[in-house]
Amino acid sequence: MFAWMGNILRVNLTAGTVVAEPLNKEYAEKFIGARGLGTKYFVEEVDASVDPLSPENKIVFMTGPLTGTFAGSAGRYNVVTKGPLNGTIAASNSGGTFGPELKYAGWDGIIFEGRSPNPVYLWIHNNEVKLCPADELWGQDVYAATDLLKAATDEEAKVACIGPAGENLVKFACIMNEYHRAAGRSGVGAVMGSKNLKAIVVRGTGSVMVKDPQAFIEAAKDARRKLHEHPVTGEGLGAYGTNILVNILNEHGGLPVKNFSEAAVFPNAEKISGEYQAEKYLVRNKGCFGCCIGCGRVTDIPKGPFKSAGEGPEYEATWTFGSNLNIDDFEAICKANFLCNELGLDPITLGGTIACATEMMEKGIIPRTAAPLRWGDGAVLVDMVTKTAYREGFGDELAEGSYRLAEKYGYPEYSMTAKKQEMPAYDPRGQQGIGLNYATSNRGGCHVRGYMTSPEVLGIPEKVDPDATEGKAALLKAFQDLTGLVDSAGVCLFVTFAIGLPEIAAQLRTATGLDISDDEYYQVGDRIWNLERLFNLRAGFSKQDDTLPPRLLNEPMKDGPHKGRVVELDVMLPEYYSLRGWDEEGVPTPEKLQELGLA
Amino acid sequence: MSKVLFVEPEKCTGCRSCELICSFVHTEEFNPLRSRISIVAFEKTGFSFPAVCQQCSVAACMEVCPVGAISVDAATGAKIVNHSTCLRCKMCTIACPFGATFYDADHDLIIKCDLCGGDPECVKYCPSNAISYREAKSANFNKRRETAQKFREVMEEGR
Repeated sequence: MFAWMGNILRVNLTAGTVVAEPLNKEYAEKFIGARGLGTKYFVEEVDASVDPLSPENKIVFMTGPLTGTFAGSAGRYNVVTKGPLNGTIAASNSGGTFGPELKYAGWDGIIFEGRSPNPVYLWIHNNEVKLCPADELWGQDVYAATDLLKAATDEEAKVACIGPAGENLVKFACIMNEYHRAAGRSGVGAVMGSKNLKAIVVRGTGSVMVKDPQAFIEAAKDARRKLHEHPVTGEGLGAYGTNILVNILNEHGGLPVKNFSEAAVFPNAEKISGEYQAEKYLVRNKGCFGCCIGCGRVTDIPKGPFKSAGEGPEYEATWTFGSNLNIDDFEAICKANFLCNELGLDPITLGGTIACATEMMEKGIIPRTAAPLRWGDGAVLVDMVTKTAYREGFGDELAEGSYRLAEKYGYPEYSMTAKKQEMPAYDPRGQQGIGLNYATSNRGGCHVRGYMTSPEVLGIPEKVDPDATEGKAALLKAFQDLTGLVDSAGVCLFVTFAIGLPEIAAQLRTATGLDISDDEYYQVGDRIWNLERLFNLRAGFSKQDDTLPPRLLNEPMKDGPHKGRVVELDVMLPEYYSLRGWDEEGVPTPEKLQELGLA
Repeated sequence: MSKVLFVEPEKCTGCRSCELICSFVHTEEFNPLRSRISIVAFEKTGFSFPAVCQQCSVAACMEVCPVGAISVDAATGAKIVNHSTCLRCKMCTIACPFGATFYDADHDLIIKCDLCGGDPECVKYCPSNAISYREAKSANFNKRRETAQKFREVMEEGR
């Protein structure tokens, strides 16, 4: 095989066995890699009713065929499992060098099964693979564990591990690789924790080969040239990172404030913006493996109560710890973000959960004796990050995510979630399309399944009216399907600001030799979307779950450019189902499944 | 005039695009270990250093070679390994003060930067311009100017 390594590792943690098996070529050709291929393996092997934190759940790490090649920004891998935060299919994507290193070691992916009786880590040195005891690593934070693992194996090795949050089964624990990059959402880190799997360490010294080297390098150069020339990927993201969005979304009137309870305009946005970060705290830019965009930030807070350093914060973390908590202290935001990296927590869900708890405390629903939460307090935020990771005091309640927390106190409507996963930094009352995306995303509240902010706010590939509902279902379907292909190829979603299907398909075709048309490559995304949907339906989700918190459907935006708007989901959803080839209950029709080869 | 490959680590994002294109143009494979340029990454602090042959005028690799397998490309000044006479004794890898000449065990070859015949590919695909190919005489003049600029700003502010 070309671009694919042709080998999968199967690790049974209960038995302590490691077995190599050939990559299923039929799966690879229909689902490509990473998110798609990982999901295919997962749904074939795991019953949808499984308890996410039981030994019966599995966790799959999968790269894409372009991972580790010269393709534009091809440093990604995906983690696929059933997520403990909300019970949907979870596919969490990360960059850095871990994915490429796994391929250089000769593996497309790893399937973990069962539960180890004792803490272990997996050490992969090319084709020498073994489970090693991790008793002394258990309890260590991400930075310390990574240091220790590199010292114990190879300084050049790449480490993906969990921190205390994953060990303590925090429902939104993430998996960190190379200290700072995260497979962030859905609580994939807690699944590792439940399996007593602390880390995967990999050192690879082999090559990734492509089918047609000259044609591939031309396709990759074409993609890189377009990424370099585009104002977003060639200029904006490099200069200011993802935090370039703070001012843009604020001017748009879509930067959520105080748990989405106020107008989505934050008066002090400038003080948490990418421009402010670059001027005051930026050390240098950072790129994932093979990335020509370089949106990563190395940031340093040199002194004061929030003295800290690390990578980030990204836009989502800046928002969730910033305007969503009414905090305008960028130093506190940084400290909270770096602690999340160190302890292994998803900032989006953590910030959303603290915001939900703060609102309920302000309303007198949660007693003030529970925790000293209040809007705008950076010191309390930083304290809550640590308490959550270790489940100390009120942190034990925060560790369950906002939906369980709000439900416990009898007011689930204050949880700003879709399918019980916290929504990210775009108020959907200012963007109808992103609202439809949140409601239909297969992993719940999420922006990277169908990034409608691109056309609705940034005007890429062309500007559409953010307040209109017309045409949004079709546009969202196109975004969701292309994203499925991009996530499966092993390239970063950010490339889609500058390149699209023709460039992605050309790179995949010349790399793998899978000689199918652009349309057939595009259909891969549709196939993955339906495969994920079918899993969620089997897991008990239904049409009732394709919705948003009542606040976004009923409470008009209080002020700003989208004043008076609510999300008109009932207008868009039936059209969306129909375009997807689903019946009125949101179930894929037999004809649709036949068309996709999923029958 | 002779040119040099000039690296500016402070501009490097650690993306390793240089390794990928270098590995490809020399081997048609993607493998950082077959690249003539290597990014040494300090992952925790986010600092990356592009390590590559400096084409020393007094080249230890060349001087130590017992069979004269390393010669100077007259056009570029690059020190080039002749694989047919090379013994693979690896003395050059020991002698190189930068670790920029090394041994590819999988293919039994001594590997080092050949400046791509005078048109280095890594320079073309470095997204942050951390690698450039410049006239040797003035290669670091930009640093001199940057320092002078900073000094000027401080002095003019002070007035």
